[in-house]
Amino acid sequence: MIAVIDYGIGNLRSAYKALIAVGANARLIDDPSDLKDPAGVVIPGVGAFGAAVNAFRSRGFESKVRGLIESGTPTLGICVGMQMLYEGSSESEDSAGLGLLEGKVEMLSGSVRLPQMQWNRLNIARFGGSALFEDVPEESWVYFVHSYAAPVGADTTASCDYGGEFSAAVGRANLYGVQFHPEKSSMVGLKILSNFSKVCGSTAVPNGGLLWR
Amino acid sequence: MEVVRIIPCLDVANGRVVKGVNFEGLRDAGDPVELAKYYDRQGADEIVFLDITASHEGRETMVELVSKCADEVFIPLTVGGGVTSVEAARALLRAGADKVSLNTAAILNPNLIGEMMKEFGSQCVVVAIDAKKDLDGNFFVYTHGGRNKTELNAFSWAEEVVSRGAGEILVTSMDRDGTKEGFDLLLTRGIADRVNVPVIASGGVGSTEDFLIGALESKATGLLAASVFHYGEISVGEVKRALVANGVATRFDH
Repeated sequence: MIAVIDYGIGNLRSAYKALIAVGANARLIDDPSDLKDPAGVVIPGVGAFGAAVNAFRSRGFESKVRGLIESGTPTLGICVGMQMLYEGSSESEDSAGLGLLEGKVEMLSGSVRLPQMQWNRLNIARFGGSALFEDVPEESWVYFVHSYAAPVGADTTASCDYGGEFSAAVGRANLYGVQFHPEKSSMVGLKILSNFSKVCGSTAVPNGGLLWR
Repeated sequence: MEVVRIIPCLDVANGRVVKGVNFEGLRDAGDPVELAKYYDRQGADEIVFLDITASHEGRETMVELVSKCADEVFIPLTVGGGVTSVEAARALLRAGADKVSLNTAAILNPNLIGEMMKEFGSQCVVVAIDAKKDLDGNFFVYTHGGRNKTELNAFSWAEEVVSRGAGEILVTSMDRDGTKEGFDLLLTRGIADRVNVPVIASGGVGSTEDFLIGALESKATGLLAASVFHYGEISVGEVKRALVANGVATRFDH
C-alpha cells in the first residue's frame, strides 16, 4: 500500500487518484497510526510552506514519516511536500522544514511572472539518472505551480529553468521529491508516478489501471 | 522561460456542457468529462469549467462533476461561476479542482479574495474580469455575466485583486467575445503590464492566427477559447503547431 498523507490541506485527491490510475494500491491516510508498514509514502502539498509544514506536524505525521524514511520506505514529496524535506524556506522563516535534505528553499528570481503556473521542460540527462525518470525522455513537459524552489545541488535529479535554474526533482536513497505536479502532468506525470509505484514494488496491475486512451 | 498555455473553456449547466459541441468519436459530447479527456489528448494545457447553473442543486452537481473529472483527467482544472464563499471553494478544491475563479463575488465581497488566499494559497485563486470599453476608451468591469456595468476601471481592479492575493487573472473582452476578431490586445496588455501574476486572455479568438498574435503581443501567458474548439473549427494541436512554427514556447510533443 502506498500511503498518501492527508494532513488537511489542498487538493490531495488528485495525487491519490493519479496513483490509482497507474494501478498503485494507494490509500489516503489522515491518521498517523494508520501508517502501518506502507510500501511507500507520498507527501502532497500546496499553498504556503509554513502552513503546510505546520499542518503536517500538528497532525502528528512528522516522527512517524521520518521513521519510515529512515528505515528505507520509498517516499515522494510533491511540490510543497518536496520543499518540506529541506531545512527551511524563505517563504516562512519561522517554520523549520524536516531537514532531511540540506539547504533552503528560496523565491524564484528573474524577470518572470510569479507564481510559475505553467508547463515547463525537465533537464534530466546530466543529473545521472533517477528511478523516477526511467523511460521519461529528456525535455519532457510537466506542470508547475510555485513561487519558491530549491537550488540545484548534490541531490538534484532534474532541473528546470524559470528566471534561473532550480531543482525540479531531487533524490537521495529512498527519498524523492518533485517540485512539479505529476498528478497534473498528463501522460508524463502518470509515467513518473508509475515509476515511483514500481520503486515501492506495489504495482498491482501490469501497465497500470489507466482509465483512458 | 515563460510558456504559453492553451486553455479550452466549457460552459456547464446542471452537469452538462451547454454550448453546441460537435465532435466525431465522442460517446457523449455533452459530457464535460468526455470533452476534458478529448482536449487533454489534443494537448490542452488546462481546462476551465464555467458553471452557469442558477440553482443550488446545480452547484452540487458541479462538485460531483469535478470529482469525476479528477478521477480521469490529469491536467489542471479551474472551476468558475457562482462561487461566493470559502466553503464553496473548499468543496471544489477537495473534489479535485486546482483553481477556483471568482468574478462577480470578488466585486461584491473583495475580502473573499484574501480569505481564499489565506486558506488555500494564491495559486488557487483566479479572478476573472469581464471588461468593456466605453466611448472614451476606458475599460470598465462588468458583473453578472456581463449584464451590469460597475464603476471599476479594469486596470485598477486588476492591480487591486493581485494586491489582495489573486494568483492569476482571467481577462475577458466583452467587446470581442463571439466576434472572431481576435483578442483585445490593448485590454489584455494593459492588465498584464500592471500585474506580475500570470494573465489569461479570453474573448474574440477566431483563427490560429489570432492565437499567434495573442501569444506574441498580448503579454498574456494563457490563451482561452471556447466555441472555436467546441465546434471543431480549430484543434488545440493546430494552435500549438502554429505557435511552435513561429518560435513561441508552448508544450508540444506530437
